[in-house]
Amino acid sequence: MTTETATTGASLAAAPVRREPRPALRGRPLGARRQRRLLAWLFVAPLLVVNLLVITGPGLASVFYSFTDWDGLSTPRFVGLANYAEMLRSGAVGSALLHNVLWTLFFLVVPMGMGLVGAFLLSRLRRFQAVFRVLYFIPYVLATVVSATVWRQILDPDGGIGAALATLGLPFLEDVNFLGNPSLALGSVAFVNTWQWWGFLLVIFLASMQSVDPALYEAVRLDGAGPVREFWHITLPMIRPTLVFLGLMTIIWSFLVFDYVYVLTQGGPAGSTDVLSTVLYREAFQNQRHGYASAVAMLLSAISAATVLGYLALRRRLRWDI
Amino acid sequence: MGTTARRAQPVSWIVLGLLALYALGPLLVFAFNSLKSAREIDSNPLGLPQSWSWGNFAVAWEQAHMGGALLNSLVIAVATAAGVALIATMAAYAMTRLDLPGGGAWILWLLVSSSLPIQLFLVPLVSWWSTLGLYNQPIGLIIIYWAVYSPFATLLVRAFLIGMPKEYEEAARLDGAGELGVFARIVLPMIRPAVLTAALVSGLQAYNEFMLAVTFIQDRDFQPVALSLYSFQQGFTTDWSLVSAAGLLMALPVVVLFLTMQRTFIDGYVSRGIAV
Repeated sequence: MTTETATTGASLAAAPVRREPRPALRGRPLGARRQRRLLAWLFVAPLLVVNLLVITGPGLASVFYSFTDWDGLSTPRFVGLANYAEMLRSGAVGSALLHNVLWTLFFLVVPMGMGLVGAFLLSRLRRFQAVFRVLYFIPYVLATVVSATVWRQILDPDGGIGAALATLGLPFLEDVNFLGNPSLALGSVAFVNTWQWWGFLLVIFLASMQSVDPALYEAVRLDGAGPVREFWHITLPMIRPTLVFLGLMTIIWSFLVFDYVYVLTQGGPAGSTDVLSTVLYREAFQNQRHGYASAVAMLLSAISAATVLGYLALRRRLRWDI
Repeated sequence: MGTTARRAQPVSWIVLGLLALYALGPLLVFAFNSLKSAREIDSNPLGLPQSWSWGNFAVAWEQAHMGGALLNSLVIAVATAAGVALIATMAAYAMTRLDLPGGGAWILWLLVSSSLPIQLFLVPLVSWWSTLGLYNQPIGLIIIYWAVYSPFATLLVRAFLIGMPKEYEEAARLDGAGELGVFARIVLPMIRPAVLTAALVSGLQAYNEFMLAVTFIQDRDFQPVALSLYSFQQGFTTDWSLVSAAGLLMALPVVVLFLTMQRTFIDGYVSRGIAV
């Protein structure tokens, strides 16, 4: 990331001049400068206004509401740390947090692994690379609701994959209720989300792998290395910045996951797929406990912030330069 | 690229083929099911349809209110794309070309804004929007999308502007063009690829988005297609052939758009995945 500042105006002399500059403009009078600055604020105003109105304002308000008892309509009543104390004792929040942790581990291993291996194999193809890339990316452009539609029927205990295998004489998945069985539901939802998500990771990994200098591969190949060693000793270290960044994003997104759980199971059966976001949503919009939900939002934001800060600390410690 | 022979390994082809099957197989089942009769789905859940019931699409169109919902989504997606493109381009221009004070602080603010969880501001936003009369209004949802998608778009356009030489603008200024003229006639045409990418990605996200839509739109007349598909499949006698037909109607415009402009899309998402 770079943080240049705007430095126009002062460097007029350096510009190639096609025609003689007009005398009035060469000196750039004070009025023109002020006008430019005003224009700058006008140009940034729409971003500023919508951001303050939607993100920054309500985000800060959330901090305040987390210390109150509030139903969203009446005047909020200040309750100090009561919401946080309740949250720490809450079994629902504890089990949701556990599900988020399991979800994170699953997403760090399964879709990342599929994306990495797929991208590595694809990067070694000479032909059809672009075709495969497009095919793998298609699920990613579909809406959550669409991929939920696709998978709910495949996972349906009566008419889905279990029934289809049974008609082929393979009844081992017959009557398995993937989304209705508490011990399978979370894994099934994660599986459906993986289907839509891994192609995105593959495309990014592929872009990163394509920028690796081919000479590095030639060198280890002369040492007699096979593809597996090339992957471990060249590809993985060379794409580390991308790997770390996507790992970081995976952690953050895994703690914020909402759509798939809400659309497929609404947190059920028996809370077995509840995650922090669905708990927050239910507390706010079904139980009208906006203060408590804001405290859960603080927990979510703290987890995201801690992830980013942890990453920055790690980066400094290891002297990474991305 | 490489000059040494890369052995054509059958194993990689098998793995890549299996991954392609994994990505597309479920979509084929989905497309097949949209053409079956409800009765056929029970006896033949995953195979090719025996008789092609094209009428499913007409019935689903009617029952899931697809016409109105698709129109709502089109309006929301186009308004989001256009708004985000405009907001981001103007802001990025101010940050890189006009004397906007603040420098690096803006970038930090954009990075924080684009990575804050929606859940953080969702709860107060609902009551703010009710107070402002924006709750349950398409424009209310569109404004939220503008805010949520513009920080990343601004970073994208800004990165593009930084890499662009300033000489053309300087020359135009020396020729007497005003700031607005420079922006509209010199800068905009040059940064069109970045703006187009930002617009496409945010339009697609708005079309597909679920959490904000389900929170802020109650009225069926204003529902985007994601919500009408959702309520259609939550109905208590779920007819999978009709639900598939409705789902396919929602997915087709996106898939067609993606296939025709896949390079722009993929580039946009790649820049999203790699830190801007």
